Amino acid sequence: MPKVLDKVLGIQHKGIYYLIKGTMLYTILFILLWVAAIAFFSWNVKKIRRNIKLGKDIEIKDNRKKRWGLVMKVAIGQSKMFGLPISGILHLFVYAGFILVNIEMLEVMVDGVAGTHRALAGVFGFLYPIAISSFEFFALLVIIGCVVFLIRRNVLRVNRFWKPEMKWWPRLDANLILITEIVLMTSIFFMNASDYILQTRGAHHYKEVGSFFLSSFFVPMLQNLPTETLHIIERTCWWLHIVGIMVFLNYIPYSKHFHVFLSFVNVFYSKLGPAGKLENMPSITKEVKSMLSGEEPPVEEEGEEVSFGASDVKQLTWKHLMDSYTCTECGRCSRVCPANITGKKLSPRKLIMDVRDRLELTGKNIDKHGKDFADDKSLFDYITNEELWACTTCNACVNACPVNIDHVSLILELRRYIVMEQASSPGELNAIFNNIENNGAPWQFSQDDRMLWADELYINEK
Amino acid sequence: MSENKRKIEVPVMADAFAKGEKPEYLLWVGSAGAFDDRYKKVTRAFVKILEHLKINYAVLGVEESSSGDIARRAGNEMLFQMQAMMNIEILNGYEVKKIITCDPHAFNTLKNEYPDYDGNYEVIHHTQFLQQLIAEGKLKIESDMFKDKILTYHDPCYLGRANGEYDAPRDVLNAIPSRKVEMKRNKSNALCCGAGGGQMFKEAEEGNKEVFIERIEDALATNAEVVVTACPYCMVMMTDGLKYKNKEEEIKNYDIAELIEQTLEL
Repeated sequence: MPKVLDKVLGIQHKGIYYLIKGTMLYTILFILLWVAAIAFFSWNVKKIRRNIKLGKDIEIKDNRKKRWGLVMKVAIGQSKMFGLPISGILHLFVYAGFILVNIEMLEVMVDGVAGTHRALAGVFGFLYPIAISSFEFFALLVIIGCVVFLIRRNVLRVNRFWKPEMKWWPRLDANLILITEIVLMTSIFFMNASDYILQTRGAHHYKEVGSFFLSSFFVPMLQNLPTETLHIIERTCWWLHIVGIMVFLNYIPYSKHFHVFLSFVNVFYSKLGPAGKLENMPSITKEVKSMLSGEEPPVEEEGEEVSFGASDVKQLTWKHLMDSYTCTECGRCSRVCPANITGKKLSPRKLIMDVRDRLELTGKNIDKHGKDFADDKSLFDYITNEELWACTTCNACVNACPVNIDHVSLILELRRYIVMEQASSPGELNAIFNNIENNGAPWQFSQDDRMLWADELYINEK
Repeated sequence: MSENKRKIEVPVMADAFAKGEKPEYLLWVGSAGAFDDRYKKVTRAFVKILEHLKINYAVLGVEESSSGDIARRAGNEMLFQMQAMMNIEILNGYEVKKIITCDPHAFNTLKNEYPDYDGNYEVIHHTQFLQQLIAEGKLKIESDMFKDKILTYHDPCYLGRANGEYDAPRDVLNAIPSRKVEMKRNKSNALCCGAGGGQMFKEAEEGNKEVFIERIEDALATNAEVVVTACPYCMVMMTDGLKYKNKEEEIKNYDIAELIEQTLEL
C-alpha cells in the first residue's frame, strides 16, 4: 500500500488493515453508507406504499386474533410452502438461514460504528463460537438452497419457471437474487476462516475467539497466504457482506423479492371465511332493492364516480394491489390452474404480475406528471378477455398461493367491468344471462316446468 | 319382504304452507336438478331417500329460480342480486330455516352469499345430510352390491376448496361396503372438472386439452369402476370424459345419492 495514503489517513503504516478499520474515516464511511442505504430504501418503500394506496379504500380490521394466527401459521410458519415439499424445505433453508445469519448483522453494526472487532465475542464468552458456528451452518443451508434453486430454474427447467410470462426480467431477477445470496453467504466463510488464521498469527486487533466449525474447512485453503493478503480477504469479505446487504436491500423494492417484507402483511390481510364467498357490491344492492320495490333509484352523490368492477388499478382495492407487490412469481398458482394446465392462455400468476406492472407504470406517471395524470391505457392493455373468461373460479390458485393472494377476486372484478360497464361478455354467456332473467334458469326452459322432474316418481316401499 | 311401489307426490312449500304446515327442510332442487336430464335422476334418487327416511321436507317447485351463482361468477352482479333477492323473498315468506341441496354451487351461494341480503339459513349439502343420518344410525347400508367395486370420489370445487367439506362425502362412501381409492389430485388439491364459473355454458377457450379430459384421466389412473361425484356440473363433465375415453360402458358415474338409492333398493 502506498505510504502516502497512510499519511493522508494519519496512520503509521502497520498494514492495510488500518486503512480500513479503526479510523474515524472508517466509522464515518460505515455510518454514511448505512444512512444512504436506509434512506434510499425508505424512499422506495414509500413509493410502493403510495402505489398500493392508489387502490380503493376498504377496511380490513375484523378478527385480529385469527389474522395473527394466520401470520404465525402461513407467513412465519410457511405452512403452505410444503404443498410442494422439495421447494418447501429448500425455501425453509433459505428463509430460516437468512433470518438467523442476519442476527450476525447486530455484531457487524456494533463493530462498524465502534470500530471494534467481534465486539460480542467478549460478551458471550464460550457461547460465541457456538453461535457463529451455527450461523455458519445456516449459511451453508442457504447456499445449498440457492444452488439447488438455480439448478431447478436453469438446468432442470422446472415447468413453472418457464411459462410465457417468465420473460427475461423475471428469470434474471430470480437468478440475481439467488446468486447474490450465495455470494453473501460465501463471504462469511472466507471472512471467518481468514480471521481465524490471523488470530493464530497473533495479528493485531484480531482477538482470539477460536475457530468456527464450518469455516475451519476453508482454513487449509488460505493457510499459506501472507498475513497482508489475509487482511485483505478478511476485510473484503466483511465489506462485501455489509455492502452486499445494503445493495441487496435496495434491490428488493425493484424485484419480486419484495415478498420478504410484504408476505407477512399480505397474509395478515388475507380473505377470511369460505373461499367460495365472493365480495358483495353494496352499490348494486341499493339499485336492485329500489328496482324490486319500484322506488326511485338512489340519487348518486355529486362527484361520486361509481364504476362496476375494475378496468384499472385505481378501481381495484388496495388489497389487490398489495397482492401484486407480494407475489414472488413462484407460479404455484398457475401450476394448479385447470385452464393453464390444459394450455389455455390464462395464467393466474401473469394476471398478478400484470397488475404490478400496470401499477408501477401508474406510479411512475404520477411521479412525472402529477397525481391526476391518466394515460390512455388500462389493465385491459395487459390482460385479454380470453384469459379472464377461461377461469373456472375453482380456487386452486388461491389454495396454492403461499402468501394468500386472491386471484379469483381480481378476475371477478375485471369480469364485472366487462359485463356491466362494457356489456361485452361472450355471446354464450349473454344467452345464459337472458335465460336466467327470463326463465329463472340458465337453460331455455320455462319456470313452470320446474317440477317436471318429479313426474311419475315411485319408491319401493318395504 | 313384500315390496310395493308407491307413487311419490313431492310436497311443495306453497301447498304445505296453505295447510298451515311448516316442513322442517326445504329441498333446493336447483336449475340443473330440475332441468338437466342426468341430474334429474339424482334429484329423484335423493327425494326417494328423503321419503324412505320419512323426512319432513318440501320443495319450492315453480317458485324456485336460479340461485344466481353463474351470473355472479360470470360478472353479472346485477342479475345475481336480482335472483338472490327474489329467492330470499320467497324463502323468507315461507319462514324457511333449513335448506338441503344436491348442488354445491347453490349450497355455496345460499350459505355464504345470501346472508348479505338477509337470507339467513342453515344450508346443508346432501352429502352432509347423509353423513349426519349415517352417524346417527338412522341410515344403514347393508347391501354389498358394491362390495367388490372400486370407487373413486371427485371433489367438487364448491364443496371442497370453496367450503372445506372433504369429509362428508367420504364418510358416506365409507358407509357403503366397497373399495375406495383416491385420485392423485384429491381434496384441496383436486382438479376442477372444468365447468365452474360459467364455463359449463360456453365453449372452452383455446388450449391443448379439455379440462374434463385431464380430470377423467386422473380417475382412470385409479382403475376405479365407479366415479362418484356430488355436483351436477361435475356429473356432466365426468360423464363427457368417460364418453370421450369410450369408457362409459365399463365405468359408471354416479352421484353419492344414487349410490345410496341403489344400495337401499329404492
